[in-house]
Amino acid sequence: MVIDQPFSAAGAQTPPPRSAVTEGRATRVALTVIALLFLAVFLVLPLVIVFLQAFANGVGAYFAALTEPDAVAAIQLTLLVAAIAVPLNLAFGVAAAWAVAKFEFKGKAFLTTLIDLPFSVSPVISGLVYVLLFGSQSLLGPWLAAHGVQILFAVPGIVLATIFVTFPFVARELIPLMEEQGTADEEAALSLGASGWQTFLRVTLPNVKWGLLYGVLLCNARAMGEFGAVSVVSGHIRGLTNTMPLQVEILYNEYNFAGAFAVASLLALLALVTLIIKTILEFRYGDALSGSTGH
Amino acid sequence: MTRNGKSLLFTAALAAMVQFGGLAFAFADTTLLNVSYDPTRELYKEFDAAFAAKWKQDTGETVTIRTSHGGSGAQARSVIDGLPADVVTLALEADIDAIAQKTGKVPVDWRGKLPNNNAPYTSTIVFLVRKGNPKGIKDWGDLVKDGVEVITPNPKTSGGARWNFLAAWAWARNQYGGDDKKAEGFVAQLYKHVPVLDTGARGATTTFAQRGIGDVLLAWENEAFLALDELGAGNFEIVVPSISIKAEPPVALVDGNADARGTRKVAEAYLEYLYSDVGQKIAARHYYRPYKPEAADPADLKRFPDVKLVTIDAFGGWKKAQPAYFGDGGVFDQIYKPGQ
Repeated sequence: MVIDQPFSAAGAQTPPPRSAVTEGRATRVALTVIALLFLAVFLVLPLVIVFLQAFANGVGAYFAALTEPDAVAAIQLTLLVAAIAVPLNLAFGVAAAWAVAKFEFKGKAFLTTLIDLPFSVSPVISGLVYVLLFGSQSLLGPWLAAHGVQILFAVPGIVLATIFVTFPFVARELIPLMEEQGTADEEAALSLGASGWQTFLRVTLPNVKWGLLYGVLLCNARAMGEFGAVSVVSGHIRGLTNTMPLQVEILYNEYNFAGAFAVASLLALLALVTLIIKTILEFRYGDALSGSTGH
Repeated sequence: MTRNGKSLLFTAALAAMVQFGGLAFAFADTTLLNVSYDPTRELYKEFDAAFAAKWKQDTGETVTIRTSHGGSGAQARSVIDGLPADVVTLALEADIDAIAQKTGKVPVDWRGKLPNNNAPYTSTIVFLVRKGNPKGIKDWGDLVKDGVEVITPNPKTSGGARWNFLAAWAWARNQYGGDDKKAEGFVAQLYKHVPVLDTGARGATTTFAQRGIGDVLLAWENEAFLALDELGAGNFEIVVPSISIKAEPPVALVDGNADARGTRKVAEAYLEYLYSDVGQKIAARHYYRPYKPEAADPADLKRFPDVKLVTIDAFGGWKKAQPAYFGDGGVFDQIYKPGQ
């Protein structure tokens, strides 16, 4: 994945000698209007509707829906799952990206493909894998039951499914960045007597910090928003194993539309915040993100 | 990160997760998990509160009842895969039979341990149509007319959908003088009019009512009444067919789980309370036909229309009907071919 360069800075200083487009004004306006309309209908409108519906019964009802015990439990569970899954994938993502980008070894291409696997697998399958692995009817099931370990239909299962689904985000973000930066900085550090660990902490990591933050943001957004895989392993116990997206579905199915959209509005807010931070990162640290310069 | 460091981290994280999972259920001594089917949400919300109050009064113990809702077959599957239900309150016998056969956590002779074949309430299948009944749907035969779209969930995952299927069959069998071949033809024709199969009854109701798809919803009687209550009586009408099926949604103790968690006593009391006057009254209020009508509010009973009902015995009981109609390669698999 290559991150777009911000183009606003360059345009202002060097006025182009002639227009780069040959189309007439009308065509350009028409195309712009179509693009904007498209955005409005498919992105802005649904978002507006979510918030309108959420507040349909008033502000009081909105906050009542969010402080209702099952909703609070869903929010807490979602935060907990993200708090476990995201750091683990951060550690894994950095380790994997480091290994793939900075070293040559056998099976590297295979590892890269493996990292991408969760992107190409349907989330439902991602959930079912854990049912087949840890379910009562599975190979491990009886052993787990005998030792009183509950993985499926409890927090660990939800965490595992979330980790699987959000696996590639950090690594995918870092690998192209690290590859582009090459190993020159690391070689210099090593030649100056730094240990491998020092090199990693002081050279490699600072070089990719904005890309890393970006990957973590995406990973977090998906971890909190995942529906399919989590739905399969959750068991849908109210107030216990329902994450926010599952809670939205339940409330919707119970004709509690204001409640459903209130919880949905939190998820939409999360998406908006992610988007804003992402835009700021791209705007301010576009260079570092794309890896064209060092630190 | 070194290889050792990394594996250490993973081990620690895994251990933490396992711990956490253990804790979530270790604290759950006085909680009861009722795994139920889709349309019972409102019923059990009220019943659970009533039972918790009663239990507190009788024993001084506080009990929290957790519920999980979904398509009956899918819920049974979850219990089979290890969802720690103390009691199951599903849409049909076959789903509890499946738990009994696959896990042994429910005794095979579970049916009959409680009155009325373990069914504290019964229901039937009716039609929900749009206001003014624009397609003029009166009976099962009208469902296969040109241009009529029928909404019903997937019989593979939904208990209600299996009752729908059999109710249609029962009507056709009566219509064609007991000819099952012709009845099969009618049901096959009927499923050609189904644009989408949801996994559960509630999903089908929202597809019909919220998303505005289809002309008629085959619904649990209680689900149809609830839709009228929740979505405005002015938008929909209930049509009662000439023949329908007597659906007996059964309840059962999941002995294996209740014993493992030490909740047998409270779980048994919970199920028995469904048969009490209070439980029966609550069931009738939520449009379930009570097993003891005399315990219910007469005003609630008046809402139930008279329908000619056939029972599952007309299909040889669930033990025969389930594999024959809904098992792998059964009648439903043969007649339902999406996209044709």
